[in-house]
Amino acid sequence: MQSRSHRFKENAREAIADPHIQAAMAKMKVGFTGKRLAAAARLPEFEALRDAARDIKNHSLANLDFYLERYEEKVTECGGQVHWAPTAEDARKAILDICQRVGAKTVTKGKSMISEEIALNEHLENAGIAAVETDLGEYIIQLRKEPPSHIIAPAVHVSKEQVEADFRAQHQHLPADRSLSEPTDLVNEARQILRQRYLDADVGITGANFLIAETGTSIIVTNEGNGDLTQSLPKVHIVIASIEKVVPNLEDASTILRVLARSATGQEFSAYTTLSTGPRRAEDPDGPEEYHVILLDNGRSSMLGSEFQEMLRCIRCGACMNHCPVYHAVGGHSYGWVYPGPMGAVLTPNLIGVEEAGHLPNASTFCGRCESVCPVRIPLPKMMRHWREREFEKHLTPTSFRSGLGIWAFLARRPALYRRLTGLGIRALGALGRRRGRFRSLPLAGGWTKYRDLPAPQGKTFQQLWAEKQKNGGSSK
Amino acid sequence: MTSAREQILGAVKTSLKRNGPTESTPEMLAERLSDPKPGLIPERAQLPHPAQVDLMESMLIELSATVQRVTNVDQVPDAVVDYLKARNLPQEIRLAPSRELLELPWEGQSLLKTSSGPAREPDQVSVTGAFAGVAETGTLMLHSGADSPTTLNFLPENHVVVLRSSQVVGAYEEGWARLRRAFGNGTMPRTLNMISGPSRTGDIEQKIELGAHGPRRLHVIIVEDGDASA
Amino acid sequence: MPKPEPKVGLFVTCLVDLFRPSVGFAAVKLMEAAGCRVEVPELQTCCGQPAYNSGDRADTRAIALQVIDAFQSFDYVVAPSGSCAAMLKSHYPELFDKEPDLRAKAEELSSRTFELVSFLTDIMQVSGVEAAFPEKVTYHDSCSGLRELGVRDQPRKLLSSVNELSLVELPDADICCGFGGTFCVKYPDISNTMVSSKTESIENTGAGTLLAGDLGCLMNMAGKLQRSGSDIEVRHVAEVLADMTDTPAIGVADGDVQSRGN
Repeated sequence: MQSRSHRFKENAREAIADPHIQAAMAKMKVGFTGKRLAAAARLPEFEALRDAARDIKNHSLANLDFYLERYEEKVTECGGQVHWAPTAEDARKAILDICQRVGAKTVTKGKSMISEEIALNEHLENAGIAAVETDLGEYIIQLRKEPPSHIIAPAVHVSKEQVEADFRAQHQHLPADRSLSEPTDLVNEARQILRQRYLDADVGITGANFLIAETGTSIIVTNEGNGDLTQSLPKVHIVIASIEKVVPNLEDASTILRVLARSATGQEFSAYTTLSTGPRRAEDPDGPEEYHVILLDNGRSSMLGSEFQEMLRCIRCGACMNHCPVYHAVGGHSYGWVYPGPMGAVLTPNLIGVEEAGHLPNASTFCGRCESVCPVRIPLPKMMRHWREREFEKHLTPTSFRSGLGIWAFLARRPALYRRLTGLGIRALGALGRRRGRFRSLPLAGGWTKYRDLPAPQGKTFQQLWAEKQKNGGSSK
Repeated sequence: MTSAREQILGAVKTSLKRNGPTESTPEMLAERLSDPKPGLIPERAQLPHPAQVDLMESMLIELSATVQRVTNVDQVPDAVVDYLKARNLPQEIRLAPSRELLELPWEGQSLLKTSSGPAREPDQVSVTGAFAGVAETGTLMLHSGADSPTTLNFLPENHVVVLRSSQVVGAYEEGWARLRRAFGNGTMPRTLNMISGPSRTGDIEQKIELGAHGPRRLHVIIVEDGDASA
Repeated sequence: MPKPEPKVGLFVTCLVDLFRPSVGFAAVKLMEAAGCRVEVPELQTCCGQPAYNSGDRADTRAIALQVIDAFQSFDYVVAPSGSCAAMLKSHYPELFDKEPDLRAKAEELSSRTFELVSFLTDIMQVSGVEAAFPEKVTYHDSCSGLRELGVRDQPRKLLSSVNELSLVELPDADICCGFGGTFCVKYPDISNTMVSSKTESIENTGAGTLLAGDLGCLMNMAGKLQRSGSDIEVRHVAEVLADMTDTPAIGVADGDVQSRGN
């Protein structure tokens, strides 16, 4: 998809002014966080499991080549086929080739962020193949022609009234007197519409939460069961997964699964965790005849060995954005590309370049709430800071800011000069602000005083007062 | 020209700055695949077997499933019919084609229509067995096979699962161990469904609604046949 | 137990130095009351966060080395700020990842560095203070102190010993106020959205005074409260603990000061 990340500031301003988004964010920031907290509190081993999950992902990444090769071997042994895709273009081509070879007219899709990353739907539609999203949230945003605003709750920004309007506009059969005012009505309507789509589809495409090297298995975790209908009814199942999804064995996956749903939605376990290994067997009465896995790199191999390697631990639970006050303020679309929130702020510049996505790692207060809930303990603020360092090195930091920082740093490195100048400056500022105690506006401080008063300094600096006190005889007692 | 495969694996190896695994020897890595070891198992999953069955039941109920216990497998047809009646469902079920289920005394239920095989539209009620029940989260494990079509687990609005208490284990890892015993190490059935309650969604304003695409209702009949592992 | 009369270097922090020296004197008073000898090295300016968080590693390292030097001779280094203390304690060592000698120096400084309130309770074993503040107050947990240094219970413990003070918990006290150093001027619209929801929670508590342990956050919240016409007063927690609340609250003019407390 076309990135709008460079417009982050404008996107954010629009989102802040949008009452629908603000209402949705107000709801999500209490919902997800409370449920996660309760789920974590209920499992005494939760923190230790986070450590274990981190270690498993680290081990898997450190030996990624080995596990990818073994995974491929196993998939092939079970009658599946692995397609290696260094770029998004390669992945799109591999998928389209399969669809065209089997003469597919309709493709159903389970929720997949990789599919968003490679802009698959557009590609299929351009080739005359209808791609139908089946996850309810994805279906809603497909109707609205919007990208997801959250990695596990793609339509979290949409109100039920908006969904009703979308359904009425696009589901031609709907009688005007049919009630669609409540989520229950809307879910039933979507269920009915999508049921036929599953049965008609020629190819089902899903993502993968994990790939298991031990058995050649791909795992999807869902709540709706849409992924299962997507992959069991059509004659072809295509899995799209990025290379860092592989873990060694089922036990490793179990450990990570124990923290995944709890971190994401606060569930103990998602309704459906489905393990798929190859196409239907000779004795199977149902299931797909072909099983393909598209293994996408798209920049990930170059994150290995870099200061961003730890980002590849991410299991896409969404906890970081669920807990991010910046995400809560601006919503997911402001981030301008596929991955929003703190994980997006680190991952997106890796995938589409820091020139395009430079705002994302800057738009953080480093409050650290994301890191404190990340199930695989990714140091997200630290990695955002790494991006800022790269931007600074590449001179991408805005010039005015850079020169201001330069002057400040020059002084900060010269304590005597700093003391003299700040002493004078602060005394002047203090005198200026003494009457009201604060400023409503001040030259060069517009970013601050646009929305808040600036407290006036008390007058002299601490250093001046301390020196005076020492001169007049020691302790402050 | 290098293949896409070599291109990706080459890039991975280059980034990891080596030509082969380092911290772990190839033998250690191979062993992790051939002889997987359980990690940290929550205490909750390590109860005595009767308590595990109780936990399985309470977890299922928490997940909005319903549970009935019977003491003898021959009581299953009665339990199924009672369930259908209580929910005003048609007296018609689609059975998984397993001997265990087909051989139950269905003939005693004169009003009940049974058929077996994969699910079709518009089947409303499926009755299947299970491979295991994992108590720690009330999760059912069902796998695909000749006598257990996967579509039965997803297409009908009502899914009735017959679970023997001897199939209840504490942790997922015990499920894997049983699976390896049944299929061999490193070998999996085509599909393994881990099912924790009926289908649900929170995609509209985060309000949880049951029956998004899969079954609206999940009913588990626990047949108390003791503890097979004991 | 700490050694008797430890020698403490006050890392005053640039904001306290420039905007609110009274917080520095409150810190000195509290530490002296706890039995410390307090000195203030002249060779300090700032912890370096503005540069560090802007990606300017070279200047950050230079500033860090300056701080390490300036505070070499102290048993402890204490800052009336979770954010600046965390910079010295958690981030300085990271700056010298590839230079073991410098890293060792940074780690040595780290081991001696503390945030003020947690230093009083955890190191100096202070369990109560001599102070009175007849007010309903609420407390905001600043992010760095809370998540990087684990400062949460310590200020509540000491506040509970202040006479006549009643503490009402701030819902979502752990959520960022939107200050974030340069963030608040680089992304003013987002920062404003964050601080607005923070001040709304503060006003909903019905407290008359807001306390926190970091002057940056305090100036942000005070500025927003005052812009929106609220008369809630805002102070650094050290001022209340040190019984030094006769100075006007943050952003309040001398003449406007209400007579409070003692």
